[in-house]
Amino acid sequence: MMARRVGRMSPFNITALALGMAFLYLPIVILVIYSFNASRLVTVWGGWSLRWYHEFLNDRAMLDAAWMSLRVAAVSATIATLLGTLAAVGLVRGERFRGRTLFSGMLYAPLVMPEVISGLSLLLLFVALNAERGFWTVTIAHTTLTMCFVTVVVQSRLASLDRSLEEAAMDLGCDPVQAFVRVTLPLILPAIAAGWMLAFTLSLDDVVIASFTTGPGSATLPIRIYSEVRLGVKPEINAICTMVIALIAVLIVIASLASKLSGARGESAAPL
Amino acid sequence: MSTRRIFARPARYAAIAPYLWMVLFFLVPFGFVLKISLSQTAIAQPPYVPVFDFSEGWSAINAAFAQLSFDNFRLLASDSLYISSYLRSVVVAVTSTLILLLIGYPIAYGMARLPQRWQPIAMMLVIVPFWTSFLIRIYAWINILQHDGLLNKILLTLHLVSSPVVWLSTDTAMYLGIVYSYLPFMILPLYATLSKMDPSLLEAASDLGSSPRQAFWLVTFPLSLPGVGAGALLCFIPIIGEFVIPDLLAGSGSMMIGQTLWLEFFTNKDWPVAAAAAVALLVLLVPPLLLYDRLQRGTLEGGR
Amino acid sequence: MSGQSPEVDTAKINTAVAQATPTAPADDTPLLRVEGVSKKFGDFRAVDRLSLDIKAGEFFALLGPSGCGKTTLLRMLAGFETPDEGRILLGGRDIAPVLPHERPVNMMFQNYALFPHLSVRDNIAFGLKRAGMARAAIDTRVGEMVALVKLDGLEKRRPDQLSGGQKQRVALARSLARRPKVLLLDEPLAALDKKLRESTQLELMELQRRLGMTFIVVTHDQEEAMTMANRIGVMDAGRLEQVASPRDLYEAPASRWVAQFVGDVNLFDGEVSSREHHQLTIATRDGGAIMVAEPHDPVGETVVSVAIRPEKVKLLRRGPELDAGNAQAINQLEGVVTDVSYLGGSTVYKVKLDSGAVVRSSIANTARLDIDTLSAGQRVIAWFAPDDCVVLER
Repeated sequence: MMARRVGRMSPFNITALALGMAFLYLPIVILVIYSFNASRLVTVWGGWSLRWYHEFLNDRAMLDAAWMSLRVAAVSATIATLLGTLAAVGLVRGERFRGRTLFSGMLYAPLVMPEVISGLSLLLLFVALNAERGFWTVTIAHTTLTMCFVTVVVQSRLASLDRSLEEAAMDLGCDPVQAFVRVTLPLILPAIAAGWMLAFTLSLDDVVIASFTTGPGSATLPIRIYSEVRLGVKPEINAICTMVIALIAVLIVIASLASKLSGARGESAAPL
Repeated sequence: MSTRRIFARPARYAAIAPYLWMVLFFLVPFGFVLKISLSQTAIAQPPYVPVFDFSEGWSAINAAFAQLSFDNFRLLASDSLYISSYLRSVVVAVTSTLILLLIGYPIAYGMARLPQRWQPIAMMLVIVPFWTSFLIRIYAWINILQHDGLLNKILLTLHLVSSPVVWLSTDTAMYLGIVYSYLPFMILPLYATLSKMDPSLLEAASDLGSSPRQAFWLVTFPLSLPGVGAGALLCFIPIIGEFVIPDLLAGSGSMMIGQTLWLEFFTNKDWPVAAAAAVALLVLLVPPLLLYDRLQRGTLEGGR
Repeated sequence: MSGQSPEVDTAKINTAVAQATPTAPADDTPLLRVEGVSKKFGDFRAVDRLSLDIKAGEFFALLGPSGCGKTTLLRMLAGFETPDEGRILLGGRDIAPVLPHERPVNMMFQNYALFPHLSVRDNIAFGLKRAGMARAAIDTRVGEMVALVKLDGLEKRRPDQLSGGQKQRVALARSLARRPKVLLLDEPLAALDKKLRESTQLELMELQRRLGMTFIVVTHDQEEAMTMANRIGVMDAGRLEQVASPRDLYEAPASRWVAQFVGDVNLFDGEVSSREHHQLTIATRDGGAIMVAEPHDPVGETVVSVAIRPEKVKLLRRGPELDAGNAQAINQLEGVVTDVSYLGGSTVYKVKLDSGAVVRSSIANTARLDIDTLSAGQRVIAWFAPDDCVVLER
C-alpha cells in the first residue's frame, strides 16, 4: 500500500479555505461594485457611474464629518503612537517598578472593555470637568483606546529584540539613551509605524466612543454613516465606504512596502 | 547591577507620561462610572445628584457615604428588561462563539496545511478585513440582506423562494454580522497553534496505525485546544458588550445589554441606571477575562 | 557622551595600544586584576570569590563547561554585570563602578550582535563615531579594519547579506576598531563550522600577535583554548580550578576534575603506601601497586588518585615481547582488549583488566600498513612509566 502523504491538502481543506475567503471578501467587493451603480435603487444595476461620488463631494455635512474624522484619526494616532511606544518601553525595559501591575492592567483593559463602557466613562469625566465636547474630547477618547493597541504591537517587537544589540551599542560607547535612540529605535520603527496605522484605522472606524464623547455639531464620519444606515441604504454611503476602504488599502500598501524595505534589514512588521 | 538595570531607570521615566494619561483618562473616568451608578437620578443637567463633592472636605465625603444608594442596582436586579438583556447577551455570545468555532476551525486548519510560502499570504488575507472599517463591513451586509437585496434576488432567480425573505432585523442577520466581524479573531489564534504543530506528530500517528481522521481527533485537535480556548474567549468577551451589530441587524424585540445601556443613556437620559448597567456588564466580563489570562499564562509557561 | 573631550578619548585609546605591546612589558603589574570577585543570581553563585591576573599582551582563555560562570566573568569585565563583591582593576584603576560605554574594553558577542539596520562600514564605524573621532580619521580607521579582517568590497552590505564567517569578521573588526586595552571574545567561533573554525583560530592568533592587544576569550571547546591561548583558566562552579599554560594544564593537571575535563584520562584511586628514592608507591584497588615519580610539590594526603593519559599507556602482547627492559615489571597491568576504535591518526584500545577496571590506551598509527595490530579478545599487558603518572589529591 502506498503511504498516504500526511502534509497534503485535502479537498475539504481547499473548500473550507475558498469558502472562508469568499465569505470574508464578497460583501466588500459587492459594496464597492454597487458604489459605481448609476441607479438610485441600490439593487438595480443601472450601469457604471461616478454619480454617488459627486453627490458625496457636494454633501457639505458629510464632507465636514469626513474632515473631522481624518483630523481626529491623524492627531489621536500620533499622540497614541508616542504614548504607546513610551509605555511599551517602560513595560519591557523598565523591569519592575512601583505600580507596574496597575499600569499594564490599565493598558490591557481597554482592549477588551466594551466600547459602550469606555465611551460612557469618558463622557462622565468630560461632564465632570465641564469640558466642551467636540474635536478634542473625541481625540482624547480615541488616543486612550488606541494607545493600548500601539503598546501591544510595539511591546511584542521590543520584547523579541536581541538585548545583546543594546549591550553591543553600550560596549561601543553609547550611554543607555543613545543606545536606545541609535539601535533600538530604528529596529522597532516598523512596529511603531504599524502601531500608528492600527491607531489611525481604529479611530476612523469608531462609532460608539465617538457618539458618547462628541458634542453637537461635530459628528465624525462613522457617526453620520451610522445614522444614515439606520434610516436605510443610500447609494451615497456605498461611495463613501468605498473611499474609506480605498484610503485604508493605500495605507496598507504603504505599510507593507515600508516593511518590505525594512525587511531588507532583516526585520519584518506584519500589521498586527 | 546588570545591563538590564542600567536600562531600567530611563525606561521607567518613559512610562511616566502614558501612566499619567491612563490614570486620568481610564482610571478616573471609571471611578466616575462607579460613583454615578450609586447616585440618584435627577431631572437636571447633568442628570444625576452628585454623590461626593470634594470641595466640602472629609465631613461631606463621610456624609455622602451614608447617602450611597444601591437603588440602581436593585432596579437592574428586579426589572425583567435588564435581566432579559443580560441573558440575551450571554446567549448571543455563546451561540456566536460556537458558530465561529465551527466555521473558523476548518479555515484555520486549511491555512495551516497550505504550502509554507502561501501561509503568510493567507494570513494577510485574514487580517486585511480586520483593518477595513467594521461599520462598513456591517453596512455591506445590509446591502446584501435588504428586502430587494442581492441575496433575495439570487434566491428568487433560482426559485428557491417564491417571495422575498425578510432577512434584516432578524437574529439570523445579527448572527451573520457577528460571525462575519469576529471571524479573524477566531481564525488567527487557531492558526497560530495549528501552524506551530510539528507535522512529524501526524506522521508518527499514522506510523502507529491511525487513520487520518483518527490522527486528527487524537493528535491535532487536543493539541489545538489552547488555540480554541484563546479564540473562543477573544470572540466571546467583546461580543457580550456588542452594540452596533445588534442595533443595526437585529430586530427591536429584545436587546443586548450594550443596547440597553445606550437606550438608558441617550434616550431615557437615566445616567445612573446606565452607569449601573455598565458596572454590571463589567462584572459579567470578569470570569471570562480571568480565564483568558490564566490560559495565556499557561501557554507562555508551556512554551518555555 | 562620556563627558571627556573626544580628542583625549582617542589619544587614550592609542596610548593603551602602545602600552599593551608585549615587547615592552614595563613591569610585572598585571594589566587586568580580578580580586575576590563574586556574582550571585538569586541563590545561585555564578562567580565565587574569584581572583585572576592577566598581563598585557596575553591571549588568555577561560575554559569551562556551560554554566561554570565564565560568561558572567566576561560580562563583568565588559561592565554588563556588576560584581556583588571584589574589585576589578584595569591598569590599576577599579573599573567596577564604570559603565560599559566608558570602559576601554570591547567585547565580541557570541551571536555577533551586528546592528541589522547598519551597513558593514557603519557597524565598524559605530564605536568610532561615539568616541567623537573626526570623519576622515574614521574613514581611515574603518579602511584599516576592513583590510585587517579581509572584508574588502563588502563595506556596503548589510549583516543579513553576509555569510557566517563574514559576520564573525565584521564583529571582530567592530570590536577592534576602538583599539581597546582588552578585547573580550565570547565564544567567538562557536557559530562557525569546523573547517572555518580551525582557520579562524589561526587568524585570531596572528591578529593578536600583530596588534599586541590583550585578548580574553571564553570558550567551552578545549581544543580551541589549547590552540589559541598562552594561558588557560579552567573554571568550574564559579571558581578557577587551575590557571596554566596549555601544556601544563594537560601534563600537570591540578585536580581530578581538571584532569578529567581536559583531554582523556585513566584514573586509579588509591593510598600512598611507601615513598623512597623520589618514587611513591601507591596501592590502588584496580591496578595494584603503581609506582609514580614524586611530584615537585609533595603530596600531603595519603588518599590520592593516579592519573595517566591514554597515549602514555603502552600495550604489550603477553609472552616473549617482555624483554629485559621491562624486567622490573613495574606498572604492568594484565587484561583483555575489549574494544578497538580506529580514529585515523591514532587507535584507541579499551583493555579490561583482570581486576575488572577498564584502561584506555591510545596508540599513534605511525605506519600506513600495520599488520601487527591488536584485536579484541587478545590478552595484553598495559604498562606506563612512573614519570608519566600524575598524583592528584582526592
